[in-house]
Amino acid sequence: MLTIFYSFLSIGFLGILLGVGLAAVARFLALKKDERVSQIEALLPGANCGSCGFAGCAAYADAIINAQADPALCTPGGRAVADRIGAFLGVSVNYAGERKIAQICCRGSRKASAVKYRYQGLQDCNALKPIFNGDKVCSFGCLGLGSCQRVCPSGAIVRHQEGYLYVLRDLCIACGRCLKVCPVGVIRWVPYEADLFVACHSRDKGGEVRKYCEVGCIGCSICQKKSPQGGFVIENYLASIDYEQTGGREEALAACPRKCILPVAISEK
Amino acid sequence: MSYVGIIITFVFINNFILTQFLGLCPFIGVSKNVESAVGMGFAVTFVTSLASLVTWMIQHFILVPLGLEFLQTISFILVIAALVQLVEMVIQKISPPLYKALGIYLPLITTNCAVLGIALIAVRSNYDPLESFVAGLAAGLGFLLAIFLMSNIREKLDGEWIPGPFRGVPIAFITAGLMALGFMAFDRALLNNLLG
Repeated sequence: MLTIFYSFLSIGFLGILLGVGLAAVARFLALKKDERVSQIEALLPGANCGSCGFAGCAAYADAIINAQADPALCTPGGRAVADRIGAFLGVSVNYAGERKIAQICCRGSRKASAVKYRYQGLQDCNALKPIFNGDKVCSFGCLGLGSCQRVCPSGAIVRHQEGYLYVLRDLCIACGRCLKVCPVGVIRWVPYEADLFVACHSRDKGGEVRKYCEVGCIGCSICQKKSPQGGFVIENYLASIDYEQTGGREEALAACPRKCILPVAISEK
Repeated sequence: MSYVGIIITFVFINNFILTQFLGLCPFIGVSKNVESAVGMGFAVTFVTSLASLVTWMIQHFILVPLGLEFLQTISFILVIAALVQLVEMVIQKISPPLYKALGIYLPLITTNCAVLGIALIAVRSNYDPLESFVAGLAAGLGFLLAIFLMSNIREKLDGEWIPGPFRGVPIAFITAGLMALGFMAFDRALLNNLLG
């Protein structure tokens, strides 16, 4: 009985002694914390996506105060957040750049695009890519194992029932993580306000593409002919859109024989 | 045993990392560059030397007189945790970059078995307070030596071509294994030869 009492007393005494000692030292060594850092952190979206180039929202808030970082780097927050931070700091903020989204420029699921071998390894694009450039015949297309989907902090990348992956426009916060993780580089920036984008990334010749993919761009330039003002450019047998050109593009959308020109504004499944 | 004997024992013969395999987590985690490795080494040295002194006092002034030796582990850990907390606050105050570089490994010294290990070994070897302190210091210096060598090797390895599957942690483990083999050269015979 006495042993229990002594144990209780000695450990309790030790704990209290160390606790009080630490508290005293903590007060003595207290760091001055800048209130503004936590206030700015509260203004940021808190996605911790890293698109500003800092480790997270807290690190970015710290950099704005202590390292004079540009307050307009937050892409998810966009102009609104940049303005709020500017107002808080009392500086004018120059928010450059229009809102953009990442889009996966390929609709070649394994149904539509031929494969050259059966891959049964780790379900990750970066594991698949080094093995003969992926299991698809097309070496430019989306590998479809969803590495981008797993890093997306806002859940904007979803899988269509056909098997391909695509980005929901209004959920994308343009953090750019998917671009970094994609080993193929099939994800590209598209202006948020844009109407159409070309959902193919293959630079193979039209005849080649025809053999292995049902939805790949063959560089036939029908889009160019149907919408001459639409800013369609054919380069390396692949169409792309120059968004500076604002002419109508509806004819091209309707006429594309491969159905690889698609609307940007996909907001739900 | 003389102080020199204790130092040689814990730095070389019973090196905590390379012979006893205690405290491997920061050894791999913080050995990527020399600067933070040395910082970690000194933090551990500080904690081990103070901890073995304080735990000696606890053992001989509190636990033994009251017959409470079974409370060794919990009371030692309590002291070690408080010391680590102290080190953490001091480092955060005097060197924020080092604090950032050490990251999670700094509070993890609390559960570093090398620290508890030296405290228990010192008590079990019936050292007097000064011997305990020297043993703790030597154990810390042994850790510092191991992590310093390791970080230098890893910095060199960064510039070498290493086959893909071995890059990063795997080659670090292989290196650590080879270093441990090297440290097998130090054994009791060395002590006898040096000190007669």
